[in-house]
Amino acid sequence: MALTNEEVLHIAKLARLQIDPEELDTYRDQLVAILGYVAKLQEVDTTGAAEAVRGVFDTNVFRKDEIEGCGPDVRGRIIEAFPRRQGDLLEVQAVFSTEGGSASGGQDRDE
Amino acid sequence: MNSMDVSNLTVRQLSDMMKNKEASSEEIVGAYLEAARGRNENLNALLEISDSALDAARQIDQRLAKGEQLGALAGIPVALKDNICVQGWIATAGSKILENYKASYNATVVERLRDAGAVFIGRANCDEFAMGSSTENSHFGPAKNPWDTSRVPGGSSGGSAAAVAAGFAPAALGSDTGGSIRQPAALCGVTGLKPTYGRVSRYGLIALASSLDQIGPFARTVEDAAMIMSAIEGEDPKDATSSDAYEAYVPELGKSDIVGMKIGVPKEYFVDGMDADVKRVVMDAIKRLEDGGAEIREISLPHTQYALATYYIIQPAEASSNLGRFDGMRYGFSANGSDLVSTYEQTRGEGFGPEVRRRIMLGTYTLSKGYYDAYYRKALKVRALIRKDFDDAFSQVDAIAAPTSPSVAWKIGEKFNDPLAMYLADIYTISANLAGIPAVSMPCGFAHDMPVGLQLMTKHFAEPTLYRLGMHYQAVTDWHTKTP
Repeated sequence: MALTNEEVLHIAKLARLQIDPEELDTYRDQLVAILGYVAKLQEVDTTGAAEAVRGVFDTNVFRKDEIEGCGPDVRGRIIEAFPRRQGDLLEVQAVFSTEGGSASGGQDRDE
Repeated sequence: MNSMDVSNLTVRQLSDMMKNKEASSEEIVGAYLEAARGRNENLNALLEISDSALDAARQIDQRLAKGEQLGALAGIPVALKDNICVQGWIATAGSKILENYKASYNATVVERLRDAGAVFIGRANCDEFAMGSSTENSHFGPAKNPWDTSRVPGGSSGGSAAAVAAGFAPAALGSDTGGSIRQPAALCGVTGLKPTYGRVSRYGLIALASSLDQIGPFARTVEDAAMIMSAIEGEDPKDATSSDAYEAYVPELGKSDIVGMKIGVPKEYFVDGMDADVKRVVMDAIKRLEDGGAEIREISLPHTQYALATYYIIQPAEASSNLGRFDGMRYGFSANGSDLVSTYEQTRGEGFGPEVRRRIMLGTYTLSKGYYDAYYRKALKVRALIRKDFDDAFSQVDAIAAPTSPSVAWKIGEKFNDPLAMYLADIYTISANLAGIPAVSMPCGFAHDMPVGLQLMTKHFAEPTLYRLGMHYQAVTDWHTKTP
């Protein structure tokens, strides 16, 4: 199992994580060691095995699609926690550039 | 009542003392607060000691004085791992990214404990987002083992375990995704229970890996753990995976013997790499169960050697997805980037510590195009085989006995720069999370002057089997009464 620094940077980009250049070698070596270890699963014959997404229930739980909302206190506390806001509105940076530049929010979604 | 020594008292004893008017909640809570204020600085077990606990205790005393019928936990102090939300309290999950985050609602377990009259004494230190086996990954500094402060308390719920071991609280809540209750319980010499997946609502628990996470109790005894469970367990509309399909604890269990119960000892759990002294102590403990009339037989869990690899694919994959919500937009730490993506990247790069970033990258990688089938899908299939191993085992035995940890608590710093070595510390605990089964760790002796834990596992929702075996073991041994 080999991994280049470029691949580590690509993973970090997909994960929206800024990585310091001096940390790259360490992350690469640690990821290679871990991926090398987990590769032992390839030895296991899983022919016919189901995919267990959890340990206990294999059935879905359904409920009616009804809005319950939350109390004004909870709403107020959630708004208070916003890092940036205008009144009760959450303020975020633009998702799409307005000056003909590239869109910044939606890349790599398919990867 | 400054002279009250609470360090070795159980929830049951404290509850009886209150019932018999030998002590008030105010006196009890005051004694634990005094212990915590005196020694927490040295241990860093609690990130915050509640300044409202005494008021809460007085209110319980007043309600009891009026003749209100409150449960056995009324007036009992409980510490909470800092990834469990208490409305208005800071909830950091051990992370810089939530350093100043105040929870906007209560976790279901918090509502239920409060309804039962429990008093929250403080927020317990933990590995960042519960990722770790030593509590060294906390942004707020490592917690230390009360038995030897140069050693780790285990993790990720190391602060909860250390708080109970040190007598800062008679009980605490933690969360267990791969052993994070049982392993620190073993390393700190207290009892810790990971319930069946679904037995306790996860609503208000800051998620690590949603198919593995489960909240559970730390206490001095199995009986106390069962009492806490009785208060927190049960179906919750706010957690679709919660269930009420379980057998409940009844106090009479403490009087029943274990004659004829079948206990399996998996041959795959006693292999090279395990500390010889730990092995001897655990084998002695299993012998005590045999002396009590249980039938011990060797069993096989053939896919054991693949559990750790399965876990370290599934858990980082789920974590990378769950931690996507920490983007600096709605709450928590937020960097000021020049555009949206750089704000995301800087917020997460600066807000998450090294282990969290490592696991997010690992999970992102194994879920990414071209690798999903080879890693994630393969791991789900092996998970099904591991689950089947346990189904097969529980068709032959009532419970499985094993070590909780392959070693005793290690020195702070010893494994910090070797993530894989740290991951191997979970080798005996992760299978229960993958299979969703309940498991308990309880003190069973000492090796190298440090506590050792015996782990018992059983089938889904059969916690009373663990209670029965555990209460018997603690009736015939006194390891659980030892304090640092």
